[in-house]
Amino acid sequence: MQMKQMVIAGVVMLAASALAVANPNPAGGTITGKVTYTGTPAKMKPIDMSKEPSCAKMYTTPPTAETVVTGPGDTLADVVVYISAGAPDDPAPSSAAVFTQKGCRYIPHVLAFQVNQELKIVNEDQTSHNIHPLPKLNREWNKSQPPGTPPISEKYDKAEFIPVKCNVHPWMHGNFAVLKNSHYTVTGDNGTFTLPNLPPGKYTVTAWQESYGDQSQDVTVSGGETKTINFVFKAKPY
Amino acid sequence: MSETSAQQAHVHAPPEGFLRKYVFSLDHKVIGKQYYALALVAVFTGMFLSWLMRIHMVWPNAKIPGLELLSKVGAPGGIMTPEYYLSLMTMHGTLMVFFVLTNAPFAAFGNYFLPIQIGAEDMAFPRFNMMSFWTTFVAWAVLMLAFVIPDGPPIAGWTEYTPLSAIGKDAGPGMEWGASLWGISIALFCVGSLLGALNFIATTLDLRAKGMTLMRMPLCTWAWFITSCIALLAFAVLLPACILLILDRHAGTSFFIPAGIVASDRLQPHSGGSPLLWQHLFWFFGHPEVYIAILPSMGIVSHILINSMRKPLLSAKVVIYSMMSIGFLSYMVWGHHMFLSGMNPMSGLAFSFPTLTITIPATILTLIWLGSLYGANIQINSASLFALGFISMFVAGGVSGFLLAQPSIDIYLHATYFVVGHFHMVMGVASLFGVFAGTYFWFPKMTGRFMNEGLGKLHFWITFIGTYCIFMPFHYLGLIGNVRRYQSFVDDYMAPYLGVHKFMTIAALITGAGQLIFLFNLIYSRFKGKPAPDNPWNATSLEWSIPSPPPWNNFGGKHPVVYHDPFQYGVKGSKGDFVMQDSPEQVPASGD
Amino acid sequence: MGKFFAIVLVIIAVASAYPILAHHFPLPEDISTHGHLIDDQLNETMVEAGVSFVGAQLVLAAFLWSFTGRKPGSPLKNFPGGARILVVFAFVIVGLEVLALGVLGQKAWASVYFTAPSADALQVQAQAEQFAFYFRYPGPDGKFGQLHPEKIDEGNQNYFGLDPENDVAARDDIVSGELVIPVNKEIHLMMHGKDVGHSFYVRELRIQQDFMPGLDLAVHFTATKVGKYEIVCTQLCGLGHYNMKAYLNVMSQADYDNWLKQQSQ
Repeated sequence: MQMKQMVIAGVVMLAASALAVANPNPAGGTITGKVTYTGTPAKMKPIDMSKEPSCAKMYTTPPTAETVVTGPGDTLADVVVYISAGAPDDPAPSSAAVFTQKGCRYIPHVLAFQVNQELKIVNEDQTSHNIHPLPKLNREWNKSQPPGTPPISEKYDKAEFIPVKCNVHPWMHGNFAVLKNSHYTVTGDNGTFTLPNLPPGKYTVTAWQESYGDQSQDVTVSGGETKTINFVFKAKPY
Repeated sequence: MSETSAQQAHVHAPPEGFLRKYVFSLDHKVIGKQYYALALVAVFTGMFLSWLMRIHMVWPNAKIPGLELLSKVGAPGGIMTPEYYLSLMTMHGTLMVFFVLTNAPFAAFGNYFLPIQIGAEDMAFPRFNMMSFWTTFVAWAVLMLAFVIPDGPPIAGWTEYTPLSAIGKDAGPGMEWGASLWGISIALFCVGSLLGALNFIATTLDLRAKGMTLMRMPLCTWAWFITSCIALLAFAVLLPACILLILDRHAGTSFFIPAGIVASDRLQPHSGGSPLLWQHLFWFFGHPEVYIAILPSMGIVSHILINSMRKPLLSAKVVIYSMMSIGFLSYMVWGHHMFLSGMNPMSGLAFSFPTLTITIPATILTLIWLGSLYGANIQINSASLFALGFISMFVAGGVSGFLLAQPSIDIYLHATYFVVGHFHMVMGVASLFGVFAGTYFWFPKMTGRFMNEGLGKLHFWITFIGTYCIFMPFHYLGLIGNVRRYQSFVDDYMAPYLGVHKFMTIAALITGAGQLIFLFNLIYSRFKGKPAPDNPWNATSLEWSIPSPPPWNNFGGKHPVVYHDPFQYGVKGSKGDFVMQDSPEQVPASGD
Repeated sequence: MGKFFAIVLVIIAVASAYPILAHHFPLPEDISTHGHLIDDQLNETMVEAGVSFVGAQLVLAAFLWSFTGRKPGSPLKNFPGGARILVVFAFVIVGLEVLALGVLGQKAWASVYFTAPSADALQVQAQAEQFAFYFRYPGPDGKFGQLHPEKIDEGNQNYFGLDPENDVAARDDIVSGELVIPVNKEIHLMMHGKDVGHSFYVRELRIQQDFMPGLDLAVHFTATKVGKYEIVCTQLCGLGHYNMKAYLNVMSQADYDNWLKQQSQ
């Protein structure tokens, strides 16, 4: 492709995305909020990677397990917040959802993407991994990825929360959240979530955390307004 | 003895039509050649797999051109995955032990020559014989199917230990249908081998020609007969073991799976079984199996040596009794594969003593072979080179057994390359040398043409020197604790020894290429080889008294009469320094 | 060609023996109290195997040299003594020697398997799973918690299936990916297989033992030298078998006590 064409295309794409961010659909509502916990969550133990020196040496202090990741103010990260009812199914976007094996961990720990969207699995480590998602509704498979092999491309055709493990490294665990529509997000350290671009209607919002299960709330949104809801999970000490 | 009427009962009409002549033949000679052809395909497949394994061990992250065509899942981008290495390793072992080492020296040559050597027109049960080959063929086809199914071949090794092989797909890739196909294939193989063994035994006992007493049978016939007796008991145990394994995998039984197994994050729905039971059943078969692999070659080598030396062995009776003792003792030693498995430690000693005792008949045989060479007039040709090479290889492979037979030493050497070196040398090399020797020796009889001598000698030297280069270092690596069945060596202590692996890989590739010379020689000589007379080696046994190649009914409707044992060499015979078994001429009394 | 064969045999015999005689593949250092018995047995047997191997190749070579390519009509001779002397030799010399090895060798075997661990041996549990080893210490209460396979949650690092919520003894159990032990102290290693067959092998310790799912097996040993040694799996257990290992970390008693205290925090 010629240099000039690439520059023009790039500028056009930048302008379009800037417009989209600055000017969300004025008729669309937003649901926003925060996910927190009460009680004392179990202490996340450091992961012993001594059996895999090529990964262990990437850390100055060993990383901790990510089953429950908290943030300041008793917030919960890695919670999938999504519209479970009230929105039609959306076609899968053309971009791929990327799941990376790096430092013998899965990045991100929870990957949310859509039904029939391409899932791209990448191995950035010097060791072989064998990714093994454990679905109940979808087809089960596992694939080895020696270092230097091309990314694995897969997709799921049913909505489901799927635990993911590595067959070679027992401490490696992650999750796939395969969802039906495009209204979803995964909380970060601050526990907050925002679901924009919602046409007016009644929605059920569900928050899912891998240890604590899920909770749902119904929200009605009329054009353009922002509604705030919060989720509070009860932490388990063990 | 009613051998004449027994022989008459088995007279059948000459075969007619393409299918009856070449495909579903009842003729033991055609069946023997069919077994040989199957073994030939299996050995080159197995050898090709070993090349892939050896290349991968040395260059684990290399892109092997074309490998992705063999399996897209197993070698994405041409880079072999760890489980595909194990698949290739499992198929290599299964093909080699069953479809090569049981088929070639025993089923192939035994089928072809046992009836002729005892003066019979065919086997006792020609239909069983045909079924036995075709069952073995179907077994091979079922096994090869594992290469084309999506999940690939099984990864649990030719020994398929439970629970890894029993719990199904939660055990890992290849353990879904691949392992089931393995179980079905081997169960079928057992059936084929049982039919074959029955045939050999019945034929040997019932169809010997007049004057062919048991003690006048050639030593290879004895070896086939003893091997059949071993095979009858051994395969009769493996067959139910495979059936139980298939039931565990598909019918929800728990013969081999205890409670509380968690694999792939799932608690397995089994309880009450014993993984140790599989090991007992498997090795109760598996140890006699390795003697099934070596005894026929011992017989073939003895048979050829006598002819090449132009003198009998020091004592044929001692050789026969030694082979029988090996057969008998082979049933008492299976636990030496299981010293560290968690059996009662007393059994370690209980199995160690018979294992060490087998050294005695093995040593007797070796000393008889060596001692017989003294004062002989050894003729060197491709066949005798391999027969002599067998002695060297059998000793090389056998002495490492001194160490492995002792449980205390096995604590250190178990599951290391020391074991792999040991069994490759005795089975993979020595036994195969017997097959090579038999091929060069009997090719003129089977086809009426010689194999090319120059190519045969070249094949011998590449193979003899090459296999020492490949397999001797296995023992050294074992001594430093190089663990087996690893697809690559990532442990710290292995770093200084990776160069040895490279050496072995290069030796394997060169030696493997040398086998193509043999294949070419085989095929070329079949059509363009120098025509051979009926008795090119001036040999005594009955196969050399009939035309090359033999007519469909071996002896042309006549019933041979036997006057001598097959060891009449170094005597003043009418045709030279030998007297054939069916020659009525008198021989001056000898010491044996 | 017979003479050429003889020369090749001599070269092969010498070349095969050389790496052993020149100690190019030495046994790893022995850091155990029982290992010397195994090493002695191994070295003694290697001598016998080596002598048998080299001897047989040289005899074969000598006979090939002398008895191939002979002039036609050369007289045939029989080995003096015939079969009888060889059979006697095989029974008496080889048979007795080899059986003697077996009798002597049982001392080394017995030292590992026929002696019970002493009452004050340090108890550690090893679990083998696809594809790692984990080790469990009883913690300050000195008691091991119960194992519940259905509670195994590896993402949460509950490899053993402990139930600290309901099982008090399990709350202080220490789980480690490394086998950390004090030097010169007898260790009683209880071995639990979680899924398929595995095996525990430390070359320097001269210890190897299979994990058998369904069976409670154990080994006991005493390490005599501080250092880090590799524990590797030697029983084919699936695709990650080649990469299944852990480290044995032998520490001074003081360092071990410190480590144990840190783990409990």
